[in-house]
Amino acid sequence: MTTRHDTAAPPAKGGAAPGRGPGGAASPGEARKRARLSRRWQRDLRWSPYAFVSPFFLLFAAFGLFPLLYTGWASLHTVELTAPTEMEWAGLDNFTRIFDDDFFWNAAQNTLTIGIISTVPQLLMAMGLAHILNYKLRGSTFYRVVMLAPYATSIAAASLVFVLLFGRDYGMINWALDLVGLDKVDWQSDKWPSQIAVSSIVIWRWTGYNALIYLAAMQAIPQDLYESAALDGASRWRQFIHVTLPQLRPTILFTVVVSTIGASQLFGEPLLFDANKGASGGSQHQFQTLGLYLYEQGWINQHLGRASAIAWTMFLILIVIGLVNYVISRRLRASS
Amino acid sequence: MTTTLTKPPAEPVPEPPRRGRHGPKSARAGGQMHAGPVAYIILALFTVGSLFPLVWTAIAASRDNQRLAQTPPPFWFGGNLFDKIEIAWTDANMGEAILNTTIVAGISAVTVVFLSTIAGFAFAKLKFRGRNALMLIVVGTMMIPPQLSIIPLYMMVAKLDWTDQLQAVIFPSLVSAFGVFFMRQYLLQALPDEIIEAARVDGASSWRVVWHVVFPAARPAMAVLGMLIFVQVWNDFLWPFLVLTQNGNPTVQVAVAGLGRGFTPDQALIMGGALLGTLPLLLVFAIFGKQIVGGIMQGAVKG
Repeated sequence: MTTRHDTAAPPAKGGAAPGRGPGGAASPGEARKRARLSRRWQRDLRWSPYAFVSPFFLLFAAFGLFPLLYTGWASLHTVELTAPTEMEWAGLDNFTRIFDDDFFWNAAQNTLTIGIISTVPQLLMAMGLAHILNYKLRGSTFYRVVMLAPYATSIAAASLVFVLLFGRDYGMINWALDLVGLDKVDWQSDKWPSQIAVSSIVIWRWTGYNALIYLAAMQAIPQDLYESAALDGASRWRQFIHVTLPQLRPTILFTVVVSTIGASQLFGEPLLFDANKGASGGSQHQFQTLGLYLYEQGWINQHLGRASAIAWTMFLILIVIGLVNYVISRRLRASS
Repeated sequence: MTTTLTKPPAEPVPEPPRRGRHGPKSARAGGQMHAGPVAYIILALFTVGSLFPLVWTAIAASRDNQRLAQTPPPFWFGGNLFDKIEIAWTDANMGEAILNTTIVAGISAVTVVFLSTIAGFAFAKLKFRGRNALMLIVVGTMMIPPQLSIIPLYMMVAKLDWTDQLQAVIFPSLVSAFGVFFMRQYLLQALPDEIIEAARVDGASSWRVVWHVVFPAARPAMAVLGMLIFVQVWNDFLWPFLVLTQNGNPTVQVAVAGLGRGFTPDQALIMGGALLGTLPLLLVFAIFGKQIVGGIMQGAVKG
């Protein structure tokens, strides 16, 4: 990093003139030197913050903002994977093509249902775990580290293991179901079971992580809130409902937002859950998510323009969800 | 996401030391209550649930396909573990993949930590015009799903002829809004203004302040952020999967995903590859797990 922050300096305004007060017996030469030093000093103070934050923003502009806007531009064109630099204006054609495609709506629906059945149980379990971890425990560090182990496991490895565990004929889960006298489930072909199985990969990987975030927030709650609630005769459960949960609201909102974004991005888990069907997400597209659908359109069918339109549609959906979230949380705050 | 609070480090609760480790940093759940047996049972269940798939990966890798196609499924190790790992290492390019991923994740982690620390310092401790607006942009970028940018990025990579080259994976991973946010949160509370003032009075330039004051103060957070970014980049799936192929500089994820294809996949071999791809990170966790846990809890956003 050799960012020179004294190149684009403006003329220093004020504060650089050395005091020539009475008794200031500075020789003119020294005063000039001091003034120069202090000018450089001013420049440094003014411009160095920008030097510090600029690398991030430059990288973000190149690999974040520009691609984001360019996706919007590409979504209005016909672009093929085989010649990604040749673009032909298509207006909203890509969007109408997508909205006419049953598989798009199927993928949107799957993303929503998988998102719900992976996020809701995950966050509820994380909350319960955090509550337990908030007690005095023996070996609490051990539990925290163990809970993070799934987070360290890669999507690819986790998905492939779960494929085996959920195997129809020899998988451990069906074997266990069989043991307790239940019917075997075809986890890969049937719609709901396959979505539950894909969700379980997500739940397994992220529950511990979210539990830690809730735990951190719980530990930041002032103790005297509990004490005064206890003095009012609130039971432990009521303390949890009336003290812990309201205090955790911002954190809960944060985890909901992050999990929602994560759920809308699901790609690796459904892709690998049926490796031979890959992008179609099962033989009947039964667990094809929007992420997979985008990949299928862009890289299997090679329509990058259409894939861009899907990406923007997903983004707009997320913004809508975000706004709804925001409105609900405002309402909640107003009502409490 | 409006205001953000930082949490002062909790006072360790004096406890009878167990195996030289400190107990929980704070114990409260509506009082200084010890956990009851039910809590321990639930925790035990979660421990088993968290670890079982990992252990079973190793068990499956130590068997052969014949054994994996029988019920009941194996619950204990067979004798093939090292053969399978060796085959995965050579045939599936896992050795090269692990080296590649280490390079990519290492470069990303070091760069992100450096850039995030200086930017986080500016946002936490320096006053400049547009500071709050710029910070808002940083937080906003955390909300942008990465999938939105992959198509133009892919075009760029194609244009630059970077397909199958590691730099295609490295460059996009250098942007981390989370990193900037994380370092800002840490430095807000870990770096007293007086120290900066004192260095200033001694006539230190901004860069000298960064080198001699900020970096030493930020060291613990830098280590944690480095590990978090390393884990994140190591496990990145979508982007490497698009720009790298099985036979040209794969990362671990690409190599492991490639194992699963084919109509008569060698399940034990797949498990061997999955195990190989996960082991390095599990080792990191075994050694630094406590710090990583602390880091995630430190960086927990209080919206």
